[in-house]
Amino acid sequence: MTARVVEVSNLVFGYDKRDKEQTLTDINFSVNKGEWVAVIGHNGSGKSTLAKLLVGLLEMDDGSISIAGINLNDNTKWEVRRHIGLVFQNPENQFVGTTVQDDVAFGLENINMPYEEMNNRVEEALKMVDLSELRFHDPSRLSGGQKQRVALAGILALRPSVLVLDEALVMLDPGSRRELLLTLKQLNKSSDMTIISITHDMDEAAEADRILLLEAGRLVDSGKPSDVFSKHQQLEPPFSEALRRMLKRQKNTVPDTYMTEEELVNWLCKSHLKM
Amino acid sequence: MQITFKDVTADYQIGPLRTPRVLDSVDFNLEPGTFTAVIGHTGSGKSSLLKAMNGLLIPVKGEVHIGGTVINRSKNKKSLKTIRKKVGMVFQFPESQLFAETVEQDICFGPLNFGVPLEEAKRIARQVIQQVGLGPDILTKSPFALSGGQKRRVAIAGILAMQPEVLVLDEPGAGLDPRGKKEILSLISKWHNNEKLTTVMVTHDMEDVAHYADNVVVMEKGQAVLHKGVRELFADIHALKSLRVDIPQARKLQLKIEQETGVKLPQVCLTIDELANCLMKAGLV
Ligand SMILES: Nc1ncnc2c1ncn2[C@@H]1O[C@H](COP(=O)(O)OP(=O)(O)OP(=O)(O)O)[C@@H](O)[C@H]1O
Ligand SMILES: Nc1ncnc2c1ncn2[C@@H]1O[C@H](COP(=O)(O)OP(=O)(O)OP(=O)(O)O)[C@@H](O)[C@H]1O
Ligand SMILES: [Mg+2]
Ligand SMILES: [Mg+2]
Repeated sequence: MTARVVEVSNLVFGYDKRDKEQTLTDINFSVNKGEWVAVIGHNGSGKSTLAKLLVGLLEMDDGSISIAGINLNDNTKWEVRRHIGLVFQNPENQFVGTTVQDDVAFGLENINMPYEEMNNRVEEALKMVDLSELRFHDPSRLSGGQKQRVALAGILALRPSVLVLDEALVMLDPGSRRELLLTLKQLNKSSDMTIISITHDMDEAAEADRILLLEAGRLVDSGKPSDVFSKHQQLEPPFSEALRRMLKRQKNTVPDTYMTEEELVNWLCKSHLKM
Repeated sequence: MQITFKDVTADYQIGPLRTPRVLDSVDFNLEPGTFTAVIGHTGSGKSSLLKAMNGLLIPVKGEVHIGGTVINRSKNKKSLKTIRKKVGMVFQFPESQLFAETVEQDICFGPLNFGVPLEEAKRIARQVIQQVGLGPDILTKSPFALSGGQKRRVAIAGILAMQPEVLVLDEPGAGLDPRGKKEILSLISKWHNNEKLTTVMVTHDMEDVAHYADNVVVMEKGQAVLHKGVRELFADIHALKSLRVDIPQARKLQLKIEQETGVKLPQVCLTIDELANCLMKAGLV
């Protein structure tokens, strides 16, 4: 049996309470333990708002959220945050420590972790994001990508069972980004860390177990990447699928179902052999 | 406008200390009208390089020339003012650029500062906000009550409103949804061509390099280790490997297809259109 670590029912939220227009309307979904879910949608569709609601940084107007079996409300939000961690879209002005190391340790100090274990956790997190060398630097005086790593390390050190990433890797160079995604994938598979990743990178989303698609504050679809990209032709598909569609328009022999890169390369090999 | 770095070395002052060289003997020349992509690893000095073009980072050694204006150690106030008027910079984090109470005030600030009358500035604001794909209703909102991608769009709109001669963009596509990114980068590219701007763009996305830039500067540990034409750079797989530079998706898939099928495609493909064409030309489809 797979346990549901995140359950959201009939969630409603608006920033402006005088306004009838809601930022999020009637959102329902759940996430299983160990799942990797990508959240996609246009700028302003409500992704970051949803992320902040999940960790109790914003208060919902209606509906309910349950994390690791705990019903989220004002009294439980601190307990809930021991299970779910959010890495913000923008790390600027989020730093509390005067050194990278202190900043990463901050969350652990807050939960009164014994010194030795805290040290180990900080060490491990810094290593994961490749920041060990900069541990004594002032986090506010780092490059953009370095700041994003500090923010990520601070949450990883907490080892949350649910990790929410709000475009948390956009400012990393492609190599570091691939490496970090791999590290996260390992955590996801080996220690069942559930990952909810908000992203505009459709190739990253295509790798997820499931995609949640937001449109103007509504959850309009939830399904396997291949299904979501086939059904919503207005979405920018991953590269291989975009290429398949372009070829299909010119040649009828091209298959007309969604293709991953591997499937496309295999098909090209076969069609080449037939010639 | 020509941009020339003459043996530029720069660092940041932290209290009484100075950091190691964040720019180390950087020496290159960007011809007027060129579109240059700046790529490189985290912390390699890309943002610092852009700041040096805008007088936000002053060389400790060497000179930066923007057109006829020189920035060097003796930071002449007048030349800094001229530079800021000519060079429009979009920062890596849009939050560090937005400051006014409303989006409209934010966008009008640049034009007003350069003596444009208020009514005209407001007209420009309405025009540019639409160009970056936002509705006029956003003009009355606080820039801080916007989503990440909306902030980025407003920051870009603010720079377009200044009508600079040199455009300096630090990861302008980060945080934009795929369609928005295409629209906005195409808008910038069109603008670059029509107004004959000199444009410099930092990006981690090799698709941007392939689609919009004509030449590339690779930064590594504060040094500009390579300055080349885009096609030249991506053709040379060995150089890419040793520089640890990523390659555009079309090229990557091309290499994979060539390896798996044993068929060599007729040209180096940098975009999806080129790859589709080549696959048909080679008879693979
Ligand atoms: N602090 C705020 N106060 C008022 N309105 C806000 C605030 N933050 C966001 N909004 C509005 O709420 C809507 C949803 O914003 P949200 O940040 O959740 O979008 P998003 O999907 O994360 O977008 P992006 O991809 O651009 O980051 C947008 O219309 C935005 O303008
Ligand atoms: N304000 C600052 N004070 C001191 N050092 C800084 C400051 N900003 C950046 N640095 C350091 O200068 C070096 C170059 O940083 P820069 O921001 O130019 O890198 P970058 O190539 O833009 O990286 P990224 O891709 O992560 O944005 C880094 O080692 C960084 O830690
Ligand atoms: Mg967001
Ligand atoms: Mg930078």
